[in-house]
Amino acid sequence: MATKEATQHPISVYLWIWLLLFVLSAFSYMVDYLHVQGLLRWTLIIVFMLLKAGLIVGVFMHMKWERLALKLAILVPPLCLLVLIGLMAIEGDYTFLTRSQAFTN
Amino acid sequence: MAVDVMTSSIEPAGITEGMPGVVTDLASDKQAFAVPWGKAMMWIFLLSDTFIFASFLTSYMHVRMTTTDPWPSSSEVFALTIGGAHIPLVLIAIMTFILISSSGTMAMAVNYGYRRNRGRTASLMLITAAFGTVFVGMQAFEWTKLIVEEGIRPWGNPLGAPQFGSAFFMITGFHGLHVSAGVIYLTVVALRVWRGDYERSGNYEIVEIAGLYWHFVDLVWVFIFAFFYLW
Repeated sequence: MATKEATQHPISVYLWIWLLLFVLSAFSYMVDYLHVQGLLRWTLIIVFMLLKAGLIVGVFMHMKWERLALKLAILVPPLCLLVLIGLMAIEGDYTFLTRSQAFTN
Repeated sequence: MAVDVMTSSIEPAGITEGMPGVVTDLASDKQAFAVPWGKAMMWIFLLSDTFIFASFLTSYMHVRMTTTDPWPSSSEVFALTIGGAHIPLVLIAIMTFILISSSGTMAMAVNYGYRRNRGRTASLMLITAAFGTVFVGMQAFEWTKLIVEEGIRPWGNPLGAPQFGSAFFMITGFHGLHVSAGVIYLTVVALRVWRGDYERSGNYEIVEIAGLYWHFVDLVWVFIFAFFYLW
């Protein structure tokens, strides 16, 4: 039934999102092209990435118009990955320090 | 009672929204997700695929953090000289725009599918598959350039950290495989749309399901582009 509603959108919705994705991609490319460095570079990359991901999942994949039960079932489990990323970052830091002490000079 | 529950799962009228809606959807003795089963299964498959790609990207993060050798500058590795001008990362930028365009045509194909416009649905899907083919072709070009000209191997390269090659071939290779599979999938469905299979069954859901897969491939590229190429 959510599908039925989602089917009635005019094509222009998709063309607008398409244009937005183009602009956001151009922005993220400009981050590299203009040699933005440091914290600003990482922030901009992540922001543009999340905006693009949100538009693709929300509009192109119609998640915006699905029932909350489906949204939660699909979007919440990937949050576990933040734990993995956090653990690997801590462990990576430690490994790097050990290697720097043991293998350089 | 049981009959009552059965009819309420089919009849969309009078459904609860928000958190109470989640509870009634999951708690009653009925189908939990109000979507066709094929669509629910595709979402669950994509969820599992999310974990696969996230594991690849996390391991990439880990090897990049732990290596004591300098990481090769992707901006320079993927630069091209076009008409005498040296443009950093240009090939990847073009590939990004191509994949986004294919997502746009796919979204329109799904829309025309539900309007039962057989010709437009099939042709837009074939255009999407063509964009996908161009993408894979450019990736083959990129791999050839890296292997033949730059001497990058999964176990080492002349530019710096040896992990660069293994992460690159593993992540982009797995993504390219997904694109290739998607091209085949879309072509098969497009030909069946063209032939009128779904016109007869009156059910164009398969177009949306194939679309979900294709948008996911584009979604993964957004993350690869950000973390591998731009970081």
